[in-house]
Amino acid sequence: MIFVTTGTQAPFNRLVKVMDALAAELNGEEVIVQASGVNFETKNVKVVGFIHPVEYNRIINEARLIISHAGMGSIVSALTKGKKIIVIPRKAELGEHRDNHQIDSAKKMEALGYVPVAYDEEQLKSKIITMLMQEEKTESALIGEFASSSLVNSIRGFMLSS
Amino acid sequence: MKVLAVASKGGHWVELLRLLPAFSGMEMVYVSTDPNLASTVEGNKFYSIPDANRWNKFKLIRIFMIVFKIVYKERPKFVISTGAAPGLMALMAGKILGIKTIWIDSIASAEKLSLSGKIALRFVDRLYTQWPDLSGPKIIYAGNILL
Repeated sequence: MIFVTTGTQAPFNRLVKVMDALAAELNGEEVIVQASGVNFETKNVKVVGFIHPVEYNRIINEARLIISHAGMGSIVSALTKGKKIIVIPRKAELGEHRDNHQIDSAKKMEALGYVPVAYDEEQLKSKIITMLMQEEKTESALIGEFASSSLVNSIRGFMLSS
Repeated sequence: MKVLAVASKGGHWVELLRLLPAFSGMEMVYVSTDPNLASTVEGNKFYSIPDANRWNKFKLIRIFMIVFKIVYKERPKFVISTGAAPGLMALMAGKILGIKTIWIDSIASAEKLSLSGKIALRFVDRLYTQWPDLSGPKIIYAGNILL
């Protein structure tokens, strides 16, 4: 199963459309799309709006690939579970977000090796095909359960010394 | 020591949860914009408040009143937030009440501080960025929530 997650704040119909088209070429593999404000009838994917946190975790666990907007909630969930993820940032000029901070943060996280990023629909398609053809690896967490200890210690140190 | 931790649902809340070891042994009170999130911090006091972005002034004022009441009632030693606008409101309420305040700017703000972060910078006791190139005299970089 492929899980597409777009957050709850604004529509991301460009991603829903490309996934609906691509799903027809995936030999029947199930594609679940979490999205709000979908303004057209999808043919090949199941769209759900809000997902309860417990259910959300279950779907992430079951997915073999996650396609996500550049929202930190989805990215962190995928990385802690060692899931394959492709990030596609929202673009302000297409009305998908108020600014381009998703592109900025995606670029920097990609440069640090945290996540692969697709900057348009064509890149997304080719990255999905490549990732699905890769051998299944055992899933191991790509990041730990908590923030870097230097950040945790700095905050705690400040609080205890005040 | 009592700490009031505020974060909107979604990424902001996920970032807050990854900072939990910083608060071990402290009495935590949580505030978020989705009642379903109470289950992720079971055993702690949890307030659910309405959501608003910073463009909706009337809603923001209403949320300020709601969080002011919570901060006044709880009287924590610290108010801490990972964003977004409701967290900023809580820090402002804390400042007015003489409580120490900490803002952790989201890792999603990678090219510049978030707008809420810029406002927070004017009055908070401590402000963190998660990107080394955004750090400055009053903007601390000590790592990020991912690693």
